[in-house]
Amino acid sequence: MSASVTALPLPAAGAGARRASARVLPGFNLTLGFAVLYLSLIVLIPLSALVLKTLTLTWPQFWDAVTSPRVMASYRLTFGASLIAALVNVVAGLLVAWVLVRYPFPGKKFVDALVDLPFALPTAVAGISLTALLAGNGWVGQFFEPYGIQLAFNPNGVVIALIFIGLPFVVRTVQPVLEDTEKELEEAATCLGATRWQTFRHVIFPSIAPALLTGFAMAFARAVGEYGSVIFIAGNMPMVSEITPLIIIGKLEQYDYAGATAVASVMLVISFILLLVINGLQGWQRKRSAGAMA
Amino acid sequence: MSNTSLRSSRRGTTEAPWIRWTLTALALVFMALFLVLPLAAVFTEALRKGVDAYWEALKEPDAWAAIRLTLITAAVAVPMNLVFGVAAAWAIAKFEFRGKSFLTTLIDLPFSVSPVVAGLIYVLVFGAQGWLGPWLAQHDIKIVFAVPGIILATVFVTFPFIARELIPLMQAQGTDEEQAAIVLGATGWQTFWHVTLPNIKWGLVYGVILCNARAMGEFGAVSVVSGHIRGQTNTMPLHVEVLYNEYQSVAAFAVASLLALLAVLTLAIKSVVEWRFERDRQAAAELPPERPAVPEPVARPAAA
Repeated sequence: MSASVTALPLPAAGAGARRASARVLPGFNLTLGFAVLYLSLIVLIPLSALVLKTLTLTWPQFWDAVTSPRVMASYRLTFGASLIAALVNVVAGLLVAWVLVRYPFPGKKFVDALVDLPFALPTAVAGISLTALLAGNGWVGQFFEPYGIQLAFNPNGVVIALIFIGLPFVVRTVQPVLEDTEKELEEAATCLGATRWQTFRHVIFPSIAPALLTGFAMAFARAVGEYGSVIFIAGNMPMVSEITPLIIIGKLEQYDYAGATAVASVMLVISFILLLVINGLQGWQRKRSAGAMA
Repeated sequence: MSNTSLRSSRRGTTEAPWIRWTLTALALVFMALFLVLPLAAVFTEALRKGVDAYWEALKEPDAWAAIRLTLITAAVAVPMNLVFGVAAAWAIAKFEFRGKSFLTTLIDLPFSVSPVVAGLIYVLVFGAQGWLGPWLAQHDIKIVFAVPGIILATVFVTFPFIARELIPLMQAQGTDEEQAAIVLGATGWQTFWHVTLPNIKWGLVYGVILCNARAMGEFGAVSVVSGHIRGQTNTMPLHVEVLYNEYQSVAAFAVASLLALLAVLTLAIKSVVEWRFERDRQAAAELPPERPAVPEPVARPAAA
């Protein structure tokens, strides 16, 4: 797997020899051809439609669409709430992963399976359920209402929904790395007189840091694009609790295709950047774990 | 290793009991608040007015239409991505070629695109003002704001699920077994059916159930291309939204409870698959060394 990451500029001789021996198996042209065709039809051509449509806009048109005050407010909310949610997820995700890997307790298998609930539960269901819980008369909201704290229909609700959505990303990236950390290193640290906290800070934390960062980036990327769980709980007030994906929907409903496309292209560029960052982080993580094994 | 040495070695690498219990309690409280409570709320809200009201809400024709459309969508989208996933994994895992890592990145792309943007791109291609809009209108073909658009958007958002499950699995297994089968005279199809498929079956099931859960539950992308025609282009998640916005809370949560059941079922199957996969792997690892069933991924470049 680590070989394929750096496989692009293969030396000519090695590539030829490898190809000749691999071609014992049939179906290369068929499967690669089909995969590329399908990828192009479903993903690449439609995405290029977005890019080409954006290019037909004049610069002032584009700039006005993506920097109007209402859109700017939506960026602040989307990225701000995503950042807070991803940070909370790093802490909570590390805690959950740590407990699941290190401590025995009854019902662990069940809890482990439950971590993936946000992946499996449709976002609209999560949205209405969290809203019912956090509204002023809900199971949770009623305890905050007397203190004047509103959890739903404002940015607080957005953050909570995004925490729900992002939790499995951090747990599932940190968990396998924690399972693979070598106890010998910790024993050595203890023998050398380190306290448990020092061992965590200087031995365990550095080895799980790349995974934590990857999980953070994945949770953040997912939160930025999230729509279904957020719109029910956000209240969707312009300038206050309106997320960027909702701006796109709003423009579409007013048949402002140019405006919707412009804002969508901004989101698409940010998704690309996040995808590259995550790929880079995963490569770094693999290199780190490969180095640790050697 | 004897029991006492295990215990003494553990003392150096774990925390004081009160820290262990505090951390475990904190983690469980967090999980209860953020995961169990929302799940429980769905069923409580659905049954708020009793079982009769719950059944009434589910028997409604529009709810049935939504259930039917969701099933049709998943029944088309999942097999499409299954065929793609197997083909892509075969090409990527069993062969070396230029641009392989780039192709792998492109396959992951739909995961990082916002669902709303995913819906929008199909409106731009097939919508009335889109590339193919005029041609489609001439030939009286409806794609956007109709069932084909819903299926396409669902295919897009679930695109990577099966492929990304199979690629690392097939890469780890290498090509030795397949090459042996071919050398012994098996056809390509026989090799795939009798050698590759048994090796990847758990990964396949895993990818399919995750893909299916997302296909049935997708909201953002489908919402953009559906047009929200009641009884015609509303999937279950969209129907939940319509009911919720009409303040039919019990009906909304009743339909939502079906989707929540699907999620619980998905998690249960997923756990079973993980368990079976682990058991098969351990069984393979315990085989005598002359039949190494799980070749290490590290050994691959040397063999090639």
